[in-house]
Amino acid sequence: MYERHILICAGTGCISSGTISVKDALENELKKHNLQDKVRIILSGCHGFCEKGPIFIVYPEDIFYCEVQAEDVPELVEEYLIKGNVVERLLYKDPTTDMAITSHDEIPFYSRQKRQVLRNCGVIDPESIDEYIIRGGYVGLENALKMDRMGIINEVKSSGLRGRGGAGFPTGMKWEFAYRSPGDKKYVVCNADEGDPGAFMDRSVLEGDPHAVLEGLIIAGLAIGSDEAYIYVRAEYPLAIQRLKTAITQAEEYGVLGENILNSGANFKINIKEGAGAFVCGEETALLASIEGERGMPRPRPPFPAVKGLWEKPTCINNVETLANIPLILRKGAAWYSTVGTESSKGTKIFALTGKVNNTGLCEVPMGISLREIVFDIGGGIRDGKKYKAVQIGGPSGGCIPEDLLDLPVDFDSLTAAGAMMGSGGMVVMDEDTCMVDLARYFLSFTQSESCGKCTPCREGTKRMLEILQRITKGKGEPEDIPRLEQLAAAVKDSSLCGLGQTAPNPVLTTLRYFRDEYEAHIFDRRCPAGVCKELLSYYIDSELCTGCRACVRVCPTDAISGERKEPHTIDETKCISCGACFDRCRFDAVKTK
Amino acid sequence: MISLTINGQKVEVEPGTTILQAAEKLGVFIPSFCYDPDLTLVGACRMCVVEVERARNLIASCCTPAGEGMVVHTDTERVHEARRANLNLLLANHPLDCLTCEKTGNCRLQDYCYLYGISETDFSGERKDYGFDDSNPFFIRDMNKCILCGLCVRTCHEINGVGAVGFMNRGFDTKVSAAFDDPLEDSPCVFCGMCVDVCPVGALVPKQSVGKGRPWELATVKTVCPYCGTGCGLELSVKDNEIVGVKGDTSSPVNRGQTCVKGRFGLGFLQSPERLTSPLIRKNGELVESSWEEALNLVAQKLRRTRSTELAGLASARATNEENYLFQKLLRTLGTNNIDHCARL
Repeated sequence: MYERHILICAGTGCISSGTISVKDALENELKKHNLQDKVRIILSGCHGFCEKGPIFIVYPEDIFYCEVQAEDVPELVEEYLIKGNVVERLLYKDPTTDMAITSHDEIPFYSRQKRQVLRNCGVIDPESIDEYIIRGGYVGLENALKMDRMGIINEVKSSGLRGRGGAGFPTGMKWEFAYRSPGDKKYVVCNADEGDPGAFMDRSVLEGDPHAVLEGLIIAGLAIGSDEAYIYVRAEYPLAIQRLKTAITQAEEYGVLGENILNSGANFKINIKEGAGAFVCGEETALLASIEGERGMPRPRPPFPAVKGLWEKPTCINNVETLANIPLILRKGAAWYSTVGTESSKGTKIFALTGKVNNTGLCEVPMGISLREIVFDIGGGIRDGKKYKAVQIGGPSGGCIPEDLLDLPVDFDSLTAAGAMMGSGGMVVMDEDTCMVDLARYFLSFTQSESCGKCTPCREGTKRMLEILQRITKGKGEPEDIPRLEQLAAAVKDSSLCGLGQTAPNPVLTTLRYFRDEYEAHIFDRRCPAGVCKELLSYYIDSELCTGCRACVRVCPTDAISGERKEPHTIDETKCISCGACFDRCRFDAVKTK
Repeated sequence: MISLTINGQKVEVEPGTTILQAAEKLGVFIPSFCYDPDLTLVGACRMCVVEVERARNLIASCCTPAGEGMVVHTDTERVHEARRANLNLLLANHPLDCLTCEKTGNCRLQDYCYLYGISETDFSGERKDYGFDDSNPFFIRDMNKCILCGLCVRTCHEINGVGAVGFMNRGFDTKVSAAFDDPLEDSPCVFCGMCVDVCPVGALVPKQSVGKGRPWELATVKTVCPYCGTGCGLELSVKDNEIVGVKGDTSSPVNRGQTCVKGRFGLGFLQSPERLTSPLIRKNGELVESSWEEALNLVAQKLRRTRSTELAGLASARATNEENYLFQKLLRTLGTNNIDHCARL
């Protein structure tokens, strides 16, 4: 009989921060103190608070230790497990109040969340089907088996669930199209080709609760009349692939997958297809081409995959997060599900909160929550007391939301109206030190290099937009560049073949819409207001702060800095090439930009 | 039947007809680079975009089926703006050497730039800079001129079934190439030249045509391929009684525009000074030109003196079926069954 359970997060983030050595150290320490039969170690899925990893929670008390390293383990065992004294230095400290918090429910990062899809992540052992079942797993499947196809589809339709991959298409409607599409063979495909920079919610679900995705897939198969599924998952997610494989084997052993599922007569097979790392393969038709062994390039629609999809058979494609919602809807009912969210967007959404906020990580929030709550309550506000500038939502396809729209309710429609999009849920917070032109340049360089090259506007248009942005950030912008960008962005958006090209101009269009003054400052005043674009900065030395250490003199590649030892130095602007080496080198913040 | 409206005109079409085909029925012209009704529809070049009422974005008319009640506009400012932007972008990454380009006068990029009044590009910046693929004797591949419509790739895969070329790299670096970017000579390419025929720009140019005349100087002569007995229809481009280009005849029911490497690139022998134009008879150990009458008489004499058991006939694959039939009939009449065929050209 175990007295305590210790959950150590084994998501990819925590593993790279040292989970495995913490676990090994803990096993050794427990043996040393003969506690191995009293304390059980569980490697859990992702807790979402990756910045504070490795996360180490002791139950039943629910003590939340974070940033635990192997060398902390002996102290934790002796002081806490044996003597019962909480090791305060390893607790989470509120960045605003600096108070230590013991229980994870009291940490603002968690207390404002509504963890429905992530219900099991960080709670169960993702490699144990029993733990999934104990938490209500596969009850949704059992219920679905008692219903007819339209019954399942209607339940999903009335739940109001919309696709979490980006476009927000109503899931039930998609299922109905695939169900009504005639065909002797149909496929279900799980899109796990998560590609937005910084987004990792699908990865966390796959790593932390793989059975939820399998259950969703099996139910989708029952609904549309399919007996075979593919999970298209990026090869860069080895842990997710391994856990999926384990989960598939377990599900087959337990009879919830394979032939004659739970004696219902229904069969279902799940295949895993590893993607080779092309962003465009997240686009559904490119994804299908890739499964078929073709180069991952989008195909024109219609025909839609629901009519002619994988190997020209009717195919239903859903995203990981969407599928992980399905077991809940079938277990607790559409009425229960639709109590959360807004009129047009039901349920919750997981965001990957990152950038200049205090708390970065994965958070799951009810639809309709304001951006302000996400950034300031869950995210704990901006780092180092800086000022909020914007948040980029939806990754490279999304747009930025400025301060005066912070109270915008986060749902599919209001984000689209603001020029951004839900996307897969990447959320990058930017402060006053972020240059919005440089930001647009960054995202365009991403979409340009990930464009499949098939259609002209995306392949050539993103390149020229990128070149214009590069020119502006280098101080070589021309007054015509703004209308040129706007015209080009409109044409690329309007005439590209797939979603990648149609949304690639969004970062440019939203930054132009909300931060036009920054573009103008770059072009007309040759100035970068955020102080990011190096070619536009001029440096000077604050003589009050300069100690005369000569460190900057030594790094200056053009000998532009002069001054005697222990005397304030000066920069010769005619020689300075604005490389920023002195700025980076100075330990006294004496090098300033203007 | 499906009924839709294009530029205010009503038209009825069979289900499955594309918007572009419906427009053709009305005589409404829609430009395109990547469209070929014989190949998979890919909607890649986006020149054929049109405005469809209630659709959020512009629609590629070449690959979108006409829908009941659809209201289509092919001539609006929004459509023109997108097409102009498209041409502008293509031109920004295309050598402007029309004065010496082989394709001038027969180039769709040039035609559409003329149509939309694009004389130069608005964009300065990087241009692709690939080497010439001059490795084979038949055609030049200049990928700097390629606009990536993909017609050559699809033709090679879908018509010829060889698949010698495909796309490589992504984004701006996307390129049509053989595997591993090897020269075509080292690829499975059989040099049928069908890719050359479909290329809408000057990226693939037959060597036999280089410097031999502009399209408007050339006469087109229809003929049948002189090689094998299949009888492919050919269209010869002729200038000053010289063949300077060969294409498959699309109206020929035999080959519907396709040819093989021989028919397309192998007609040089016709005007070769080394070509035999009269029979040769060996006299005193030397081959001497003679008349047909003398040669045929000689053969007839020899046949008469030869026993049928010592006689054999070797026919040619270059002859037609009918000619080969007559040949074997002749030999059997002479009493031998020793008849064979070289089966190669």
